[in-house]
Amino acid sequence: MATVEDIYRKHKPKAFSPGRRPSSTEVWWWFFMRISGVILLFLVLIHLYVMHLVGSGVERVGFDFVAERWANVGWRAFDWVLLVLALLHGVNGLRIIIDDYIRSPGARTAVKGTLYGLTAILMIMGTTVVVAFDAGVSG
Amino acid sequence: MNVDLNLLRYNPEFDSRPHFESYRVQADPMERLLDCLHKVKWELDSSLALRFSCAHGVCGSDAMVVNGVNVLACKVLIKDLKQPITVEPIRGLSVLKDFIVDMEPFFAGYKAVKPWLIVDESEHEPARERIQSQEERDRFEDTTKCILCAACTTACPIFWSDEEYVGPAAIVNAHRFIFDSRDTGGDERLEILSQRDGAYKCRTAFNCTEACPRGIKVTKAIQEVKRVALYRSF
Repeated sequence: MATVEDIYRKHKPKAFSPGRRPSSTEVWWWFFMRISGVILLFLVLIHLYVMHLVGSGVERVGFDFVAERWANVGWRAFDWVLLVLALLHGVNGLRIIIDDYIRSPGARTAVKGTLYGLTAILMIMGTTVVVAFDAGVSG
Repeated sequence: MNVDLNLLRYNPEFDSRPHFESYRVQADPMERLLDCLHKVKWELDSSLALRFSCAHGVCGSDAMVVNGVNVLACKVLIKDLKQPITVEPIRGLSVLKDFIVDMEPFFAGYKAVKPWLIVDESEHEPARERIQSQEERDRFEDTTKCILCAACTTACPIFWSDEEYVGPAAIVNAHRFIFDSRDTGGDERLEILSQRDGAYKCRTAFNCTEACPRGIKVTKAIQEVKRVALYRSF
């Protein structure tokens, strides 16, 4: 006869098997989402104001505008922080949705791998632009 | 008065899929839904399968989806329900027959958080009672009220999509011990709840708080567990 223990083992969620190393990764990601959410609120509002509302709005944004703005290292830092926080905040949200809805381990790994790959590419591209932008190459 | 019921019936021996069947019974407006289901079972169709035990909102056996929301059939009055009354089994667990679902995944989540008093290993035979102040007791009063009816967990959209999520009921019962001044197992429990299928899967939909027939502030308890795990990590 099956004991209560047997039934428990059979239905025990995989996440709680003794072999799995406990980690507090989820705690930190949860904390990151809260903090980045609050910071992003201000960064995004400032970004919208500066890029879309001041002067003739987005119409005036061109190479010269960027060159002038990024002459100030503070704005470069601002844009890079916005890039990093927005990208990680969004990707972490997608990761959680993928964990919820993609049940097969293989598909889950594949989709998450693709997502992380794209994230890395976007992060490298964005960082390269922010760091390496040179107003002197104006055409 | 006449009471019209639309019951989602499913018998795995004969039915390929669940289907609704309609019944009409006589009942007083002050009677409970459970009384009407019993009239169906005892007078109209004895094949109807449902769980109940105490019939007074304490045992937690008869949670079901009534007119789209999770309730205990023994607590909801006929006069408060719009007719025809639609009754379905709770969601997210596999249906064994009619309103009886396989509760094992629910209890697996519950057991995973070690829902018992964990005390110091050295203290096998305590020499005196474990004294607690009223204030210390009040810290977890709300979460002692859980009757494990699964109304919260089966109202949770995260649990619907991922059965491995421990679910709100398990976190409520972890909260009951984590915030108990006599318990020393907080770290073990928080370690479990910090994993991928633990407390951080909660997206604060608040369905659990709305569904709880005991009025437990479930989402609040979950957030408290998340926060205490974070503070511990610093």
